[in-house]
Amino acid sequence: MRPTTEEELSEMVRGATTPLRIMGGGTRDMGKPVTGAALSTAGLSGITLYEPGALTLVARAGTPLAEVQAALDTEGQRLAFEPMDMRALLGTEGVPRVGGMVAANASGPRRVQAGACRDSLIGVRFVDGTGAVVSNGGRVMKNVTGYDLVKLMAGSWGTLGVLSECSFKLLPVPETVATLLSPPMSVQAAQAVMSAALGTPYEVSGAARALDGHVYLRIEGFARQVAYRCARLRDELGGDWDLLDAPASATQWQTIRDVREFAGQTGDVWRVSLRPSDAADLVARADCPVVMDWGGGLLWMLVPEGVDLRARLGVFQGHATLVRASRAMRASMAVFPPEPAPLAKIAQGLRKKFDPRGVLNPGLMG
Amino acid sequence: MEMPEPNRAILAKRDHVLARLQAVLPSEALITDETECRAYECDALTAYRCIPMAVTLPSTTEEVAAILRVCHDEGVPVVPRGSGTSLAGGALPSADSIILGVARLRDVLEVNTPDRFIRVQTGITNLAVTKEVEGNGFFYAPDPSSQLACAIAGNIAMNSGGAHCLKYGVTTNNLLGVTMVLMDGTVVEIGGPYMDAGGLDLLGVICGSEGQLGVVTEATLRILRQPEGARPVLMGFDSNEVAGECVSDIIKAGILPVAIEFMDRPCIRACEDFAKAGYPDCEALLIVEVEGAEAEIDEQLALIKQIALRHNPVELRESASPEESARIWLGRKSAFGAMGQINDYMCLDGTIPVSSLPFVLRRIGEMSREYGLDVANVFHAGDGNMHPLILFDANKPGDLERCEAFGADILKLCVEVGGCLTGEHGVGIEKRDLMSVQYTTADMEAQMRIKDVFDPKWLLNPAKVFPLKASAARRAA
Repeated sequence: MRPTTEEELSEMVRGATTPLRIMGGGTRDMGKPVTGAALSTAGLSGITLYEPGALTLVARAGTPLAEVQAALDTEGQRLAFEPMDMRALLGTEGVPRVGGMVAANASGPRRVQAGACRDSLIGVRFVDGTGAVVSNGGRVMKNVTGYDLVKLMAGSWGTLGVLSECSFKLLPVPETVATLLSPPMSVQAAQAVMSAALGTPYEVSGAARALDGHVYLRIEGFARQVAYRCARLRDELGGDWDLLDAPASATQWQTIRDVREFAGQTGDVWRVSLRPSDAADLVARADCPVVMDWGGGLLWMLVPEGVDLRARLGVFQGHATLVRASRAMRASMAVFPPEPAPLAKIAQGLRKKFDPRGVLNPGLMG
Repeated sequence: MEMPEPNRAILAKRDHVLARLQAVLPSEALITDETECRAYECDALTAYRCIPMAVTLPSTTEEVAAILRVCHDEGVPVVPRGSGTSLAGGALPSADSIILGVARLRDVLEVNTPDRFIRVQTGITNLAVTKEVEGNGFFYAPDPSSQLACAIAGNIAMNSGGAHCLKYGVTTNNLLGVTMVLMDGTVVEIGGPYMDAGGLDLLGVICGSEGQLGVVTEATLRILRQPEGARPVLMGFDSNEVAGECVSDIIKAGILPVAIEFMDRPCIRACEDFAKAGYPDCEALLIVEVEGAEAEIDEQLALIKQIALRHNPVELRESASPEESARIWLGRKSAFGAMGQINDYMCLDGTIPVSSLPFVLRRIGEMSREYGLDVANVFHAGDGNMHPLILFDANKPGDLERCEAFGADILKLCVEVGGCLTGEHGVGIEKRDLMSVQYTTADMEAQMRIKDVFDPKWLLNPAKVFPLKASAARRAA
């Protein structure tokens, strides 16, 4: 099924008698495998509003991200949350699209400074499981009119509704970017230095440790500002830092954003959200290769196929999500973090209200 | 403003309900005396008042749960209250309700600067959170103008903003986790000191739900390192259009000021009379503030001034000292006080796309003449959040009603041009019946389903947010 208008989408959902597998570009194949007829929003495409002076863009859910990117490039603006491209890591093909990015709440290294996808999302239109068209939020960046379903839709993986249109708050692309690069460091030392950097006033917009232990700190802004901030950071953090220029920075942060270091490597990939200062402890418990992002608040872990990483990690403040694994593995264990009973009951209740017949990606989130 | 008739069956069993509350609470946590309850009859929307059946002031999450269990059991509505600074009537009681105030939940539970968070009980004021961490060079970003008094609980309920949202976002962008008590007394933990809460984004839907989904007793908040410095520039223009274009050009130039404040002529005049800040006599005034080290500020302000000069400002004044900065901000910060000196006023809060600014201001001027009521505009221009202040005389019969009708027309206009009814104050009772201007029945139905899940009996702050007619069946069930 490939609707080309919101009305068609609504009719198709209303008419569905068996489960639907909701997809955008199909590049983010995550969660429990869903069996059902594919419903693609790729046909709902196009930017419907772009106002550079108001930092606002509205696009239909099937719009290719590249098209959005191209439009923003002409005005020197961007989606500040730096959405991850999952194709390399997951080995998927296709075209990343707006709806899938939002449904996955895809947020990259700049999360530490500019927030997640859900923080830049200011409006949605979607079709719920009964076929009703719902609008929430809008095209202005400050809006507390009624409940915020915009955030709820971000990261709901198509289980509460099928997105048909999304509005975003944009930010200007800074004049330049530079990256400070450290010699290899232990997880503990890396976490400490990233916390220190993020606790300075220099607006570090990326703090990550690659597989080989090098720490990367990104600074963006006007040229003189970037030079000043890099100098201050070197002074305050101590140690021996190299400097990557703008083009080298761009390549490096794309590698980190897309977790390229685990692309093509055998094993399952987990994504762990945690309190940064617990990183060293959790890495020791996991005993596996790790890429650290978000100043240590996000760990990408590569474990042998079939290993239940949650069992290794034990109890901690945060949670683990299985991002890449065989369909069999994903079918047999909780992909998304298991929730305490009262929260599971609320989530269940919301799904039941928004999709009473259970036709939208049933079971994908568990 | 219409409020539902109090439920007679609940009024009739008042003594029984109070006895049950008494049994689960320390004596100082329950206020039943009518005179003492009167202190809770309204919030900052003082035109509407009603004395609640009783007031509870719990000191622990367990006490909150005990109160809610009793009320759930007895079917008694509960109105949660932070510091009572809502401008929308979010904490207005009904005669058959119990107020649940969080004022005694004020502990700071954990401060952690390496992980950049603070965990507090939610009765603590917004400013007290920043006070707690500023010694370490940090701050809590959302800064509603009531920050001296308003509680974090209310900030979360209303998803409060402030003057610095353009750069730092609003409450929802700075909230990492909550401890919340559901209406049936169940205590839930959502999120924590990490950057995404996992599962469906319940935190996102709780923030801004106006106390209708649960009572938040503890919160984990993101804290940020203070900038090295900040400095404003003041610019005056001879038309609103030109000032609006200037805002748009600054944003397009790739500069992200931490605040862009806009005042129109009536507001400039009133502030000048009141605060003597030395503002120019002109149609529109902008205060643009940028942050960073001295040299960084110089560079950004030079760019901003360059842009401003292209629009022929009648005044362009860069601050050269902390005293001058304070003077530039003085008038803006005293805007509400200045209006209060002149008259009673109603403060609106619609948001519009920045591009519609000149049109909306022109229309407001026309409507002001039609209604025969003066209006002054002061607002956060970078994000389009307007605060028209309509002046009226509360002692003059019919003036309040006329003012409310004028206000409703302005908010409808905001929606017409692609904006919304409220940018940071919330719906409460004030804009409840305008919700259908912005949302279709299906849109509101989707929102009300959320409440059905969290509070199936519709007992938490029930007669707010949604038009009374739209929620009637659910409230009666």
